[in-house]
Amino acid sequence: MKIRKTVSRITETFERLKSENQKALVAFITAGDPDLPTTQEIFSAVEEGGADIIELGVPFSDPLADGPVIQASAQRALKSGTTLKKILTLVGDIRKNSELPIVLMTSYNPVWVYGPKQFIEDVTNAGVDGMIIPDLPPEEAGEFETDSKASHLDLIYLLAPTSTAKRISWIGGKSRGFIYYVSLTGTTGVRTGLADGVKEKVSAIKKATSLPVLIGFGISSPDNAKQASAISDGVIVGSAIVRLIESTTNSQDRLCKVKEFVSQMKQALA
Amino acid sequence: MATPILPDIRGHFGQFGGKYVIETLMPALEELEILYDEAVKDPEFIKELEYYLRQYVGRPSPLYFAKSLTEQLGGAKIYLKREDLNHTGAHKINNTIGSALLTLRMGKKRVIAETGAGQHGVASATAAALFGLECDVFMGEEDMKRQALNVFRMELLGARVIPVTSGTRTLKDATSEAIRNWITTVESTHYIIGSVVGPHPFPKIVRDFQRVIGDEAREQIQEIEGRLPDVCVACVGGGSNAMGLFYPFREDESVRLIGVEAAGHGVETDKHGASLTKGDVGVLHGMKSYLLYDEDGQIKEAHSISAGLDYPGVGCEHSHYKESGRADYVAITDKQALEGLKLLSRTEGIIPALESAHAISYLEQLAPEMGKDQIIVVCLSGRGDKDVQQVADLLKTDT
Repeated sequence: MKIRKTVSRITETFERLKSENQKALVAFITAGDPDLPTTQEIFSAVEEGGADIIELGVPFSDPLADGPVIQASAQRALKSGTTLKKILTLVGDIRKNSELPIVLMTSYNPVWVYGPKQFIEDVTNAGVDGMIIPDLPPEEAGEFETDSKASHLDLIYLLAPTSTAKRISWIGGKSRGFIYYVSLTGTTGVRTGLADGVKEKVSAIKKATSLPVLIGFGISSPDNAKQASAISDGVIVGSAIVRLIESTTNSQDRLCKVKEFVSQMKQALA
Repeated sequence: MATPILPDIRGHFGQFGGKYVIETLMPALEELEILYDEAVKDPEFIKELEYYLRQYVGRPSPLYFAKSLTEQLGGAKIYLKREDLNHTGAHKINNTIGSALLTLRMGKKRVIAETGAGQHGVASATAAALFGLECDVFMGEEDMKRQALNVFRMELLGARVIPVTSGTRTLKDATSEAIRNWITTVESTHYIIGSVVGPHPFPKIVRDFQRVIGDEAREQIQEIEGRLPDVCVACVGGGSNAMGLFYPFREDESVRLIGVEAAGHGVETDKHGASLTKGDVGVLHGMKSYLLYDEDGQIKEAHSISAGLDYPGVGCEHSHYKESGRADYVAITDKQALEGLKLLSRTEGIIPALESAHAISYLEQLAPEMGKDQIIVVCLSGRGDKDVQQVADLLKTDT
């Protein structure tokens, strides 16, 4: 196994952003939508557009936390033959030219079937920096959490509008890399405006943890990215980018549009 | 040695079960756990539940000695636990009445449900109508075609049936969509899950509401025969009627428990719903259990002639029973189930649901191998009215 630094690329990125007085933009794309070679090109476009962290979605047949846009992109990715193994090969290729932090977002079943220990070893070797597994709450993570920590792989937990004070302080102490705050009671998707109560909840979370708090789910325009970043350490944008990829068929055109959109979002951050 | 009380405090049955859901739902699950534990300790709640089960559902359901069927098969005595005689025609109502009463206790005004065959959807719509709750039922578009009559019944009862067009458009996708809807509406809505599946505490709650099947059967058979049965048999999709029957017998070591899964076109093909017989351990719909998936962990499409068994997973407590050896699981093909349906119709004048016909069909193998002084209790989980059109079409093309 490769020797990893004990401070992850994710933590280094947040430290740099803090010193530059900037907020973070995390861009989500589904790996393999429409196919893996295109994902590699889109990755570069997103990086050039100024994203600070890239979240790669591992397609799953039954993603329960996702709305229609990301569900459909997962279906396209599966149809093009995308598997976890091929995604790790892609990450290895990307790592030859990029030091941008990469976070994998996946449902737990593909990880379980791969073998959790083997998964941690292989994603670490490929150059992945963190993982978001929405259906693996800390209650069920147990050994997986311990093993990730030992491999300096950040297991990023979610908090939600429904999270109680007790859970906020418990999960705030367990998450690594950052806290993913789900801005609304719902699934991923494109929405206008920021949900009520986000500000209060985010400030409660910031009191409970020293980790950066990022807001995701429903962040789709420069306007609400600006609003959300004003009260947090950054935003996560997914469905809006995925929809752009879906709706643009010309590949050169697609890369330009993605890069431009990411750049607009980054500039909008407070 | 006393068996430990399961699930454990974290909702696990051995390695199975648990709460594999997004954080948004975790507080609601915790709240449901506490509320449920309080409710079952409240004599008023139990009194009300028992009242509706007796006066509205029509419990206790008879334990009927199927004399002609017994003679025809020439072996063990066969008793049918007549859940088909319940109001709405299946065992599902035992759970929906209990869950609707829990909803009232929570002060929530809306319920959602998923449905495959439509039986759970109808039972949920019924309970919602009875208690004045708003009700949305998620149903795969494919199943809506197969079970058009049940769609109409749900609408008559005032429920909204929401077509699910994602994935395979069957029970698996209806369940996923119901969970997604619950993620969005959790603060105002209770999810009445239709089987012993999903995140903790659902498998436990549904089992507890369904155990009335086994509690009654256990008492009835002792009254009639003066002893416990040798075997209990029930069909298993998610497995709620089977768990309802099995659970009260779990510590009776002399009683063999057999669950009958859907073999579809055959368990050696890729068209079946036999998660316990042919599946592997995985995580779906909030729990760890036996599932059907490919080598990359993508969930496979299940197949069964009966919409209610057309599910690529199974209740986590059944997975535990399989692993601990407490129950055995077998599988019956579409063709065999059709034969079972005809057999019971002709010998006893009872048309079973296609789901229950799987359990009946297995008796053709089991009963003749047993002595005439031995006893089988089989759960007749639902009546076949809903399937008559489909069976007519199948028999036309078949013969």
